[in-house]
Amino acid sequence: MTPGRLELVAVGCSWGGLAAVTRLLEALPAAFDLPTVIVQHRSEAPSALVELLAGHTSRPVAEPDDKDRVLANHVYVAPPGYHLLVDRHRFTLTTEGPVRYARPSVDVLFESAADAYGPALAAVVLTGANDDGALGLARVSAAGGLALVQDPATAERAAMPSAALAAVPTAVVGDIDELARTLVAAVKGPVVP
Amino acid sequence: MTAGPEPGREGVAVAREAVDLEEVEVDALLDAVYRYYGFDFRQYARPSLRRRLWRRAALEGTSTISGLQERLLHDRACMESLLLDLSINVTAMFRDPSFYAAFRRTVVPLLRTYPFIRIWNAGCSTGEETHSLAIVLAEEGLLGRTRIYATDINESVLLRAKEGVFPLEQMKAYTENYQAAGGTRAFSEYYTAGYGGARFDRSLTEGVVFSRHNLVSDRSFNEFHAIICRNVMIYFDAKLQDRVHDLFHESLVRFGLLSLGQKESITFTSHSADYVALDQADRIFRKVR
Repeated sequence: MTPGRLELVAVGCSWGGLAAVTRLLEALPAAFDLPTVIVQHRSEAPSALVELLAGHTSRPVAEPDDKDRVLANHVYVAPPGYHLLVDRHRFTLTTEGPVRYARPSVDVLFESAADAYGPALAAVVLTGANDDGALGLARVSAAGGLALVQDPATAERAAMPSAALAAVPTAVVGDIDELARTLVAAVKGPVVP
Repeated sequence: MTAGPEPGREGVAVAREAVDLEEVEVDALLDAVYRYYGFDFRQYARPSLRRRLWRRAALEGTSTISGLQERLLHDRACMESLLLDLSINVTAMFRDPSFYAAFRRTVVPLLRTYPFIRIWNAGCSTGEETHSLAIVLAEEGLLGRTRIYATDINESVLLRAKEGVFPLEQMKAYTENYQAAGGTRAFSEYYTAGYGGARFDRSLTEGVVFSRHNLVSDRSFNEFHAIICRNVMIYFDAKLQDRVHDLFHESLVRFGLLSLGQKESITFTSHSADYVALDQADRIFRKVR
C-alpha cells in the first residue's frame, strides 16, 4: 500500500475508547503533527473527555466549534450531542438524529473525511461494542485512504474492530503501538522516534 | 491543461482529472432546485448537505445525485420530502439545560427592564425550543408581555410547532432536561396526555406568532430584544452565516441579546466586534454597537 501524503487522521471508538485513544496519543512521537480527529461515543451530558486526553499529550486538545479551521498538531474531539463532519480544512457540526444510536457517529465523521481528504486520510477503528465505523471505513478505503484497525484480540471490546475488518479486509491490523508506527511511517518527511 | 474537454483514446475524457463528479452533480442539483422551485440551498454547508442528499437518494432508490435531481424536478412530492429533510432540525425540549439556566440567570433580568418584549426564535423547526422558552418566560412572569416570533423556512414544521404536540415517550427525558435547567414545578403541569402525544398548554403559545421566514433570502421584519437561533446556522456555509449575522445585527435593538448553539462562534464572523459575550459557555451575546 502506498498512500499519498497524509493530511488528517480520524479515529473512532466506543466502549473502552478512552484508554485506547490515550494509548494511541502516547504512542505517537512528539513530531507527529497531523490534525487528529476523534469520535468517541458518549452521552449528551457534559464530560471531562477533553481534559482527560489533554493530560496524556503535549498537543492541544479541543472540542471544535462549528466552522473552526482544522489546525496542524491539534487533537479534536467530537462534542456530545453533535455529529462532527469535516470539509477540506473546516469542521461542520450537525444535530441530525443519531446514526444507529450514536451521536456523534464514527461513520458520519469517516464518510465526510473520506469525501474531503481522499487518499490524504488515515482512519483508525479502535475498541467498541457495536459496528459504527465499519461503513465509514469502507468509504475511506474506497476513496484511497489508509484504513487501520485495532487487532480485535487486543481490544477491550472486539465488536467494533471486527465489524470494521469484515467491511475492509485489506485494512492494516495491529495493536495500538503497531498502528501508531504505521501512521508514523505513512507520513512523509522526517520522523523523530 | 486546456479549458475544454480533451478527447481521450477510449472516448470522451473529463475536463480535469481532479474534477469531482459528485461535486458537479450537487452543484447542478442545487442550481436546478433554485431555478425551478426557488429554494436556495446553494450556500448550505456541503458535508452535511451531501449526507442529506445521499440519504434522500437512497430512500428514492436512485444511485446517483443526478438521478435524484431528475426525480426532484419531475416529482413535487420528492421535493417536499427533501425540503423536510433539509429543514427539520432534530431538537429536544430544554436541549442543553445549561443554556436555559443561563437564560434565566442572564437574559431574563435584562428582558425585565422592557415594558413589552419581542423575541425572535429563528429556525424554530417543530417548536420544542419555542415551547421551552415560553415555559421559562411564564415561570419568570414575563410571558404575558412577550411576543415570540417563531419562524422557519418550512410551512409544515410550523404547523407542527403550532400544534405543540410532542411524543409522550420523550417526556421522561424532557422532564429531566427541564429540572436540570432549573425548573422547579412538576413538568407534567404543562401538558396533557392524549391527541397522540403530549399536548402542551395552549396558553404557552398564545403570544407566539408562527410564521414563514427564510434566513437565506428574506429581510428583517421587526426589531427584537432577543434573538434565539441555536444550531440552525451550523447547516450554512461561512458566507451565508455572515449574511444571517448581518440580518440579526440589523434586527436587534441596541443592547439586544443573541443566543447561538453551544458550538457556534461569532469570533470569525463580520460582526465579532459588535457583541460582547454575557455567557461564553452558553453563547449568549449582547449587541454593543
